[in-house]
Amino acid sequence: MSKNVLVLGEAREGELRNVSFETIAAAKTISEGGTVTAVLLGDSVENLAQEMVQYGADRVVTVEHPHLKQYTSDAYSQAFMAVYEQEKPDAIVLGHTAMGKDLSPKLASKLSSGLISDVTKIEGEGDAAEFIRPIYSGKAFEKVQSKGGLLFITIRPNNIEPLAKDESRSGDVSSLTVDITNLRSVIANVVRKSTEGVDLSEAKVIIAGGRGVKSEDGFKPLEELAHLLGGAVGASRGACDADYCDYSLQIGQTGKVVTPDLYIAVGISGAIQHMAGMSNSKVIVAINKDPEANIFKVADYGIVGDLFEVVPMMIEEVKKLKGSPAV
Amino acid sequence: MNIYALVKRTFDTEEKIVVKNGAIQEDGAEFIINPYDEYAVEEAIQVRDEHGGEVTVLSLGGEDAEKQLRTALAMGADKAVLINTEDDLEEMDEFSAAKIISEYLKDKDADLIIAGNVAIDGGSGQVGPRVAELLGINYVTTITDLKIDGTSATLVRDVEGDSETIETSLPLLVTAQQGLNEPRYPSLPGIMKAKKKPLEELELDDLDLDEDDVEAKTKTIDIFMPPEKAAGRVLEGDISDQVSELVNLLNKEAKVI
Repeated sequence: MSKNVLVLGEAREGELRNVSFETIAAAKTISEGGTVTAVLLGDSVENLAQEMVQYGADRVVTVEHPHLKQYTSDAYSQAFMAVYEQEKPDAIVLGHTAMGKDLSPKLASKLSSGLISDVTKIEGEGDAAEFIRPIYSGKAFEKVQSKGGLLFITIRPNNIEPLAKDESRSGDVSSLTVDITNLRSVIANVVRKSTEGVDLSEAKVIIAGGRGVKSEDGFKPLEELAHLLGGAVGASRGACDADYCDYSLQIGQTGKVVTPDLYIAVGISGAIQHMAGMSNSKVIVAINKDPEANIFKVADYGIVGDLFEVVPMMIEEVKKLKGSPAV
Repeated sequence: MNIYALVKRTFDTEEKIVVKNGAIQEDGAEFIINPYDEYAVEEAIQVRDEHGGEVTVLSLGGEDAEKQLRTALAMGADKAVLINTEDDLEEMDEFSAAKIISEYLKDKDADLIIAGNVAIDGGSGQVGPRVAELLGINYVTTITDLKIDGTSATLVRDVEGDSETIETSLPLLVTAQQGLNEPRYPSLPGIMKAKKKPLEELELDDLDLDEDDVEAKTKTIDIFMPPEKAAGRVLEGDISDQVSELVNLLNKEAKVI
């Protein structure tokens, strides 16, 4: 049976995040020919609607309100629930981002529904769809099914391929006016500390440092390499515990679980708890002076050597490759 | 202050996972307090020490979870509650867990409920916010700092690396992110005292809940290991040759840069 599916687009600094397009692709698989409706919430989001259509949404519903400029669970749940009441979808797909993680359990609770979080793969279509998600931080996977009623999932960024962008597609865009009241949380301040706006969970390339990096300064070459490759910097628990970097960069079973296209582990030995957070990356490179280090067991390519020698050389090689003059 | 910390018993992070016949093998594994819940217990104790009141640690699961509750009591919590679902429920999901926990908490007048932001086993991070919604109270997830002044609360939350400062008020549910505090180890006197602290055990009946009220909405149909990775290539030769070979391989073979 075809299903009507609601997805929530997510913008950052005025641009749609890639995961928004991934939710549309996931919704298409679930919908089996039904309608995929994209929801956009913000203070000014109508200009983004067309791009959601180009990535496969059949319709777009926008809710614009000054209280939606920044995400709060109260404001966003009120706006989303208003769209839900209007559309009465059979299924909902959100990204498993900071916002999706915070918002989806509240919505699921309001809707008395199940919620399959952090899906990395969908098998089958429509009613027969089965959802695969990592458990034990990726040490194992489970396959989950809805037992009926509203189907609600969140998808992990970077795992479900978006549909090709088609600029000739068109779709209906409508707006809904929602009264947003009784906000219990006020965001007093935001300090941005993510590297160059490339978020770890969505980064295609991650350069991660461990204890071997030895100091906060030791991370600087990693940052330069990440910058050259358009990626983000991460760290092992050892490096965070030693205060070389902030805990927000930690990758592992405690910390973030990431699946970039390229993961370069620099001076990381590869404790089980770290490997749980990165071993499902598509290509893994290990740079470590200890040839027995565990990390080589999951690496596609390894260099046994001194990172302080290897990383600067890599920077030069990448610069050559990218055609920019060596400094 | 009436403070609750939600605690889950989980596999030790150092444990290897073994799957047999579509289920995780638990034999001989070490169990711990979910690391994020340990931050929750520590924070609850610190808030109590500063503002007075009482810390209750609450767990849902089987009888085995008593051990983790005793550990939390040894850290300094005042009392513990175990909602034992072992005999009543064969399967549970986040909907079920949140429903049971909120049913217990609904008449407790909690000022502050602290949970971990995610459990390292199931990893969905749903139960905290679901409980808050069912109780009709506000929640703030992934916090790295908490300050309470009367009924006002100022929190810092980690949002994908950014820090958001949030102002709100009690009653409130928060979920702990790494960096919130450094959980203490139970002291020997703490362990001795914990043996005498109250640990109440309840079943669904005691909460006036039927199995049907908390029936899971989702079902796990299989559990499996990730595909084994083929052994990688350790490059050889001069370091500078290795590096140029690596960059070349990443570009031409793996096509990731």
